[in-house]
Amino acid sequence: MELDKIELLLEKYFQGDTSIAEENELKLYFSSLNVAQHLEQYKLMFGYFSQGKEQQFKQGIPLLSKKRQVAWLSIAASVIVLLGIGTYIYVNYDNAGQSQNLGTYDDPEEAFKETQKALALLSNHVNTGIESVHYVQEYEDSKNLIFKQ
Amino acid sequence: MNQNEFLHLIAPFKDKVFRLAKRLLVSTEEAEDATQEVLVKLWNKNESLDGYNSVEAFAMTITKNYCLDQLKSKRAGNLKIAHNNFTDRQPGLQQQVEDSDSLNWVEKIINQLPEQQRLIIQMRDIEQYEFEEIAEILGMNETAIRVALSRARKAIREFMTKTHSYGIG
Repeated sequence: MELDKIELLLEKYFQGDTSIAEENELKLYFSSLNVAQHLEQYKLMFGYFSQGKEQQFKQGIPLLSKKRQVAWLSIAASVIVLLGIGTYIYVNYDNAGQSQNLGTYDDPEEAFKETQKALALLSNHVNTGIESVHYVQEYEDSKNLIFKQ
Repeated sequence: MNQNEFLHLIAPFKDKVFRLAKRLLVSTEEAEDATQEVLVKLWNKNESLDGYNSVEAFAMTITKNYCLDQLKSKRAGNLKIAHNNFTDRQPGLQQQVEDSDSLNWVEKIINQLPEQQRLIIQMRDIEQYEFEEIAEILGMNETAIRVALSRARKAIREFMTKTHSYGIG
């Protein structure tokens, strides 16, 4: 490119009147190898401007979706806890209802018979229990043999 | 707008936000924090983003305001005596070596300019925004921007000429 045009552009550049295209022309000229000696001093300046665009932002962006996730997590957790408590209470309530319902009889005779049967069963079991404790008496006997009062 | 759409929307200009933040705040770490902050702010405005004719310009405006606020609060807190005031402010060896690199001279010079000129140089000469876009982002008129840009460029030229003729750097 002709030197006088570059000098003209430079003049315009320092007045702040150049367009982007003209500035690019200048950048191109100063990045070339054959820069006129008396313009050498501008080389660094335009070189810096050209490489200034290369710096990049490499960090991640902490978007607020993290907080949103936490919010969703806590909502999910509280729903699960509520459901857990709910089913626990529900099941327990159901069990209590069943155990309180022991059955009943309308006919007193039948009720009497059933009661007798239940009592007989109970005493029977008590008797077998007592029988199995009878051998404890053996200890008592032998103790009395040894320690005569 | 879901997250993917949002990421897609900001992809073309998130680097520009970062570079603008770095131009004002200088430190890379602070610029990264600022960029995250700005993008999160943008994400929070998710619903109302359609109302802006240019989300990019809006993002740049937020970045500018955020960084200027940061600088202001930093300056206000400058006299505080905290233990971080005693740290070694000397740049590390790596930084010193890099500083001798002449391209960094330009960066140093730009970073000495007033904030507004830095903003304009960054947006015009590096990001190559049109004047009307810069006017929208900064809320200034185009003439004022041209004047400030011209001043900034001339200031850089002055520094560069000095450096060039005395061979510093």
